[in-house]
Amino acid sequence: MNMQAPVTKSPDSKIPASKATNHDAQPVAAKTGLAALWRPALVQAFVKLDPRQLHRAPVMLVVELTAVLTTVLCLIPDPAVPTSVAVQIAIWLWFTVLFANFAEALAEGRGKARADSLKAGSEGLKARIQGANGSYEMVNAATLRKGDVVRVEAGELIPGDGEVIEGIAAVNEAAITGESAPVIRESGGDRSAVTGNTRLVSDWLLVRISANPGESTLDRMIALVEGAKRQKTPNEVALDILLIGLTLIFLLVVVTLQPFAHFAGGNLPLVFLVALLVTLIPTTIGGLLSAIGIAGMDRLVRLNVIAKSGRAVEAAGDVHVLLLDKTGTITFGNRRCAAVYSAPGATPKELSEGTLLASLADDTAEGKSIVEYLRGQHPMTEPAPSQLTAVPFTAETRLSGVDFEGRVYRKGAVDSLLKFLGRDRSDLPPVLAREIDKIAKTGGTPLLVCGDGKLLGAIHLKDVVKPGIRERFEELRKLGIRTVMVTGDNPLTAAAIAAEAGVDDVLAEATPEKKLERIRQEQNDGRLVAMCGDGANDAPALAQADVGMAMNDGTQAAREAANMVDLDSDPTKLLDVVQIGKELLVTRGALTTFSIANDVAKYFAILPALFAAIYPQLGVLNIMHLASPQSAILSAIVFNALIIVVLIPLALRGVRVQAASAAHLLRRNLLVYGLGGLVVPFVGIKVIDLLLTALHLV
Amino acid sequence: MHGYDYLLILAFFALVLLPAPLLGRFYYNVMEGQRTFLTPVMGPVERICYRLSGVDPTVEHNWKTYTIALLAFNLAGFVVLFAILLLQGSLPLNPQGLPGMEWSLAFNTTMSFVTNTNWQSYSGEASLSYLSQMAGLTVQNFVSAATGIAVLVAFCRGISRRSTQHLGNFWADMTRATLYGLLPLCLVLALLLVWQGVPQTFAHYVDAVTLQGTDQTIPLGPAASQIAIKQLGTNGGGFFGVNSAHPFENPTIWSNLFELVSIILIPVALVFTFGHYVKDMRQSRAIIACMLALFLIGGATAMWSEYQPNPALNIASVEQAAPMEGKETRFGTTATVLWAATTTAASNGSVNGMHDSLNPLTGMIALANMMVGEVIFGGVGAGLYGMLLNVLIAVFLAGLMIGRTPEYLGKKLQAREVKLLVATLIVMPVGVLVFGALAATLPGPAGAVSNPGAHGFSQLLYAYTSATANNGSAFGGFSANTPFHNLMLGLSMFIGRFGYILPVLALAGSLAAKKSSPLGQNSFPTHGPLFVTLLTVTILLVGGLTFLPTLALGPIAEHLSLGF
Repeated sequence: MNMQAPVTKSPDSKIPASKATNHDAQPVAAKTGLAALWRPALVQAFVKLDPRQLHRAPVMLVVELTAVLTTVLCLIPDPAVPTSVAVQIAIWLWFTVLFANFAEALAEGRGKARADSLKAGSEGLKARIQGANGSYEMVNAATLRKGDVVRVEAGELIPGDGEVIEGIAAVNEAAITGESAPVIRESGGDRSAVTGNTRLVSDWLLVRISANPGESTLDRMIALVEGAKRQKTPNEVALDILLIGLTLIFLLVVVTLQPFAHFAGGNLPLVFLVALLVTLIPTTIGGLLSAIGIAGMDRLVRLNVIAKSGRAVEAAGDVHVLLLDKTGTITFGNRRCAAVYSAPGATPKELSEGTLLASLADDTAEGKSIVEYLRGQHPMTEPAPSQLTAVPFTAETRLSGVDFEGRVYRKGAVDSLLKFLGRDRSDLPPVLAREIDKIAKTGGTPLLVCGDGKLLGAIHLKDVVKPGIRERFEELRKLGIRTVMVTGDNPLTAAAIAAEAGVDDVLAEATPEKKLERIRQEQNDGRLVAMCGDGANDAPALAQADVGMAMNDGTQAAREAANMVDLDSDPTKLLDVVQIGKELLVTRGALTTFSIANDVAKYFAILPALFAAIYPQLGVLNIMHLASPQSAILSAIVFNALIIVVLIPLALRGVRVQAASAAHLLRRNLLVYGLGGLVVPFVGIKVIDLLLTALHLV
Repeated sequence: MHGYDYLLILAFFALVLLPAPLLGRFYYNVMEGQRTFLTPVMGPVERICYRLSGVDPTVEHNWKTYTIALLAFNLAGFVVLFAILLLQGSLPLNPQGLPGMEWSLAFNTTMSFVTNTNWQSYSGEASLSYLSQMAGLTVQNFVSAATGIAVLVAFCRGISRRSTQHLGNFWADMTRATLYGLLPLCLVLALLLVWQGVPQTFAHYVDAVTLQGTDQTIPLGPAASQIAIKQLGTNGGGFFGVNSAHPFENPTIWSNLFELVSIILIPVALVFTFGHYVKDMRQSRAIIACMLALFLIGGATAMWSEYQPNPALNIASVEQAAPMEGKETRFGTTATVLWAATTTAASNGSVNGMHDSLNPLTGMIALANMMVGEVIFGGVGAGLYGMLLNVLIAVFLAGLMIGRTPEYLGKKLQAREVKLLVATLIVMPVGVLVFGALAATLPGPAGAVSNPGAHGFSQLLYAYTSATANNGSAFGGFSANTPFHNLMLGLSMFIGRFGYILPVLALAGSLAAKKSSPLGQNSFPTHGPLFVTLLTVTILLVGGLTFLPTLALGPIAEHLSLGF
């Protein structure tokens, strides 16, 4: 594509996020539905017949070789096998390979569509690189190396992942996060990381590039969803070895059958032996393994999480302990008003009026939550803002409030307000003092309110646990995963919130060192730990954790240390990542079990057919009463090919993992995929046999 | 079946299952060098052994050193035994003046005893001097069984230890297994057998005149001592050619019961030893349950099959009991079938009847017991480590379905482990199918069978299965003593033994080096009925998928052809 250098373009925030960078970007992002993907996938299925691509799926390579062999055998007439049957077997063998290729291409297509939309615009991007003498020159963004410093002006695209070393600017990250509100990026602090391909909407930045070409977050993501480049995950490698082993065993079984048949004085048609081999080797899982892996990564990508390796995603399924920051994950970021308590001598009406007035001009989230609370509890006619004289919070007074019609309303921390009133802690009425103690003990923050020098009462501010989070933790507990809440709060406060949120453990007064130590300790006990973080001081812990998820709006240090980045900066997603990791593993296991269990029925179809000429008595093994030896073998082959197609949706969607104990999951999945794998092919092969016979194909 | 048949079965299970847990704990204490009631007697002997050989039993080996020590020891044993067999004509304790063995037979015999197979292409009384029997074969009977125990405990340590290279000291393991594990029990069994009339003498063979007036040479020898270890060490190599069907090797119904129980006593006990190693007896119970399930499925099928009336006699109006061809009248059908099922399940290979004469499906059970890899109790040590390999395969296959990387007792199964598992999975198909196919294809070797057709195929299949599974029992009707079969069967025994031992020790090393994740609600449950079912089905599936076609061409075809 011949792209204009975006630096010459003016900022145009009205262009929809996903296309913001590209004048003729193909609207791929919209085309992630299966309907739009099957056509290119079909083409890809043929392209992937290339053995150089197929060698990544050894089982399917074997099937392709047998397909070639059978095709050749079709030309050499065998009196024992009608040519029409041989041709049909050859065709179905080719279909088997094509179906598997199609599954992989389909999975790739979805991931790639998303990746392409993210990548769009990075081609042809120019960068203003800082030379040795401080001057700038324009270079192609693709040539930027780690450590290069570039200057980005308002309206330009940031040419690569990096860290802000100078300047402050608003950045529109819609291209990767889909969130259109610009975010502030500045040097130092926790908001210094920028992502390539996002647009500066104001000011300028000096950015030090942190990734070489091909190593950026985006490149990594694309690599995860491309079959040919994808690195196999550890579990997948192990499973691959088992599948190769099984293939080898079945190869020995089939190859030695001919000598044994000769010993018995018979001869087995080569085409039938080939058919037996293909039905026995684990083609179902062998054909879908790659698609399962890609689809798993794709689910992650669609969650807007970028994993740097598939290994981390798999590890997410294995974690024992989740370290979760309290703020933003377990609770909303801000404290909210939960109750008000009146002081002796103040009526509830006085209290609520006074509290409302003291908070009306308060723009903080806490202030707003008080107003919201009181509007719900005690509706009253509120004065117009113009009638109020706002008294904002200052570090000196540590109070805020309003002056209204000559009256002074203030609210603030207990000691500050008492000081304002010129009183002492011991002057507090005992009733109120008790309430205040109680609030503090349950992890809340007590505020006092006064109106015209009179103590009106106390406000209970508390951390509000996100709705539904307790249930999430409950599910995790059923899966055997413990949650540890990490917070800077004192142990008392922390324990109160922990109890409310239903976490298993608390790390209170947490420092980065304490976090790191906790992770090491868990790992020494053999546990796998997942955590998320954003600050630079989180980086060591993120690196130490088995699964570390960094927030996209965090620091570059955190993003580099973590093995996943959440583009939406939502720490709760760690829970979804665990789910995806588990689904990935369960799907593989389920289809492996299914594939192997299938072989029993195939034996009952093929063995009597194969040995019919040598030992006709073995016909009693034909318990499905298949019409003829030819139809039996062909039915088994057809079933073997079609089952791949039938299972593609499951492979792409993944097997759901309910929150339950391992024993429960095992029982359920063994029943569905193990027992199902035994029974289904008996039915399937019989039905296909009936159809083939009815259509006079054999 | 009669009342006494049921009594025999009951006595058999009681004598095996009741003492096994205690014996299992004893083995654990012994192998870990803890004090037992035998320490006052054996302790000094043990220390003398270490001092003489310069071994420090406290120095532990990593898996490579352990493996090298094991291989060196077995190689030395091989060389010594091979030399004795070739040169026995010029060696002492040869009252009959028997000549040295032919080299291919000597190779086969040596391999057979070193690998705990005890396949015998010879007849003991006609080919072996007392020295060969005692100093040659009996020694290997002991050390090959001890080797099995050593490999097993190394594997147990690999599973139960964490983040370590140490698997124990091979020399200490061998010494303890022999001195405490095998010798005392053998002494007891040998005395019991002598009591029942088994000879234990260096005297010449006895020349006698029979009632018919013909001369007969009655062979004698130090039989009881060798029979004790051949039963207890799952060796199975008879002192006399017809093994425990010989009246001097197995004279009475009592000696029959003792020998039968001895076949699987130690293999069962070792399952409990495993439970002590991993500090979780539920694991032992699950494995025992699976072994028992497989044993009962096979045993019941064999028993049912053997009591079927002969279809060829259906037209004649005769009352049919079970067929007695190839069986000892002293023992009868039940005792023979029970022995056949036990000896093939437990990699022993001694026989008290002719397997060639069993009904086809009974013979198939004997074959199937071996084909699943001798894991139904199996050989001493070898059976359990073989079973644990199946456990790992079951865990890997189904373990993913709980959404975690498969783990056994906290140890992750990853690419390296699966690679080693697959290596062991290939052994049986290569030994039985590939070597068997070679034997069936070449015109000379294929002529070794005495019957054509499906039964002849069973004979050939049985020989190669028995050798690869290190069982050593013979179907009969198969002329194995030819250079081709001696060498090929020897090779089968070799891969069947070391094709497992090497991957198992490598696995032990790799598992020992791993951290172990704590077991909890989200760990794969490896105990309880669900897992037992999974394990049993996995074993049947892996074995069945590999060998069903050959079984169809052998016993199944024969069964159907005979009109059963």
